[in-house]
Amino acid sequence: MASDIARPAGTHGVQIEHPATSTGLPNMKLAMWLFLASDCLLFGALISTYVLYRGSSVVGPYPSDVFDIPYTSVSSFVLLASSLTMVLALAAIQRGDQGRMRIWLLATAMLGMTFVGGQVYEFTTFFKHDHLSLTTNLFGTTFYVLTGFHGTHVAIGILMLLSVFGLSLGGRITQDKAETVELIGLYWHFVDIVWIVIFTVVYLIPTGK
Amino acid sequence: MANATDSAPGHADPAAPTVTAHRGGHTVRHPSPKEYIRIALILGAITGAEVGIWYTNMSRALLIPALFFFAIVKFALVVLWFMHLRFDSRTYSRFFLMGLALAVTLFVVVLLTFKAFSG
Repeated sequence: MASDIARPAGTHGVQIEHPATSTGLPNMKLAMWLFLASDCLLFGALISTYVLYRGSSVVGPYPSDVFDIPYTSVSSFVLLASSLTMVLALAAIQRGDQGRMRIWLLATAMLGMTFVGGQVYEFTTFFKHDHLSLTTNLFGTTFYVLTGFHGTHVAIGILMLLSVFGLSLGGRITQDKAETVELIGLYWHFVDIVWIVIFTVVYLIPTGK
Repeated sequence: MANATDSAPGHADPAAPTVTAHRGGHTVRHPSPKEYIRIALILGAITGAEVGIWYTNMSRALLIPALFFFAIVKFALVVLWFMHLRFDSRTYSRFFLMGLALAVTLFVVVLLTFKAFSG
């Protein structure tokens, strides 16, 4: 249920009606933040493990042998751009503009697919050209597990985006359901901030070997 | 019901910020698309700077703090603006900061423990 609210001039406003909660906040959104907090621990553990074994591989290939920084930089720009299209989708549905929301949701999903496609290409190149597998050395194990978990999160995000896109085609995502888009947006931005850390810690900070 | 003018795509001003009021009484102001684009441009510029300094012959002692600084700024911009923590209820911030603090604690404990034993 949505209703118009008193608001400053020049802004759009919508009243979000959700079941009464003890906190006064929507439970779904609170649950999403709690999930993201727990996911911080998952990625904290994976990043800690990568850093712990950094430079400990006794056989190659080493990070400096395989990383292609310009290529990964483009992937980072793609993921950052997807965060922009995600918030534009949310802004559109909060205005009640379903058409633009669909365009931005689809753009976000496409950018996410580009990122995952880039990661698949990177993994394939490392595996076939550089002979770096999950069991080659400590770098291979920690790198594939960390970036693989992140890529899986992105893939799940894409599925959620496409699901919402499908629901919106059936007219089930309206202005009063903007919170659904916001929840998926929170997940998507979380995936983006995890990549910000991975890009710095894994790719940019140089290792001894 | 939503205001008819606001709901009609042809009439809504896409550049205007939105305000949502929840039943619990808290009202949330969301940034306008222009603000979002401005933040995205800043994020892009910082990423460009990160990659730029990576190509310089800066010493590790300078490079690593600089890269961490850029990463923290990007992280904060996304969390505060794109995830709306700057505008939303502080309860969400507390939840997220709790997870973040636990993750950082885990990170420090793991490194200290294993480095200490291996050393």
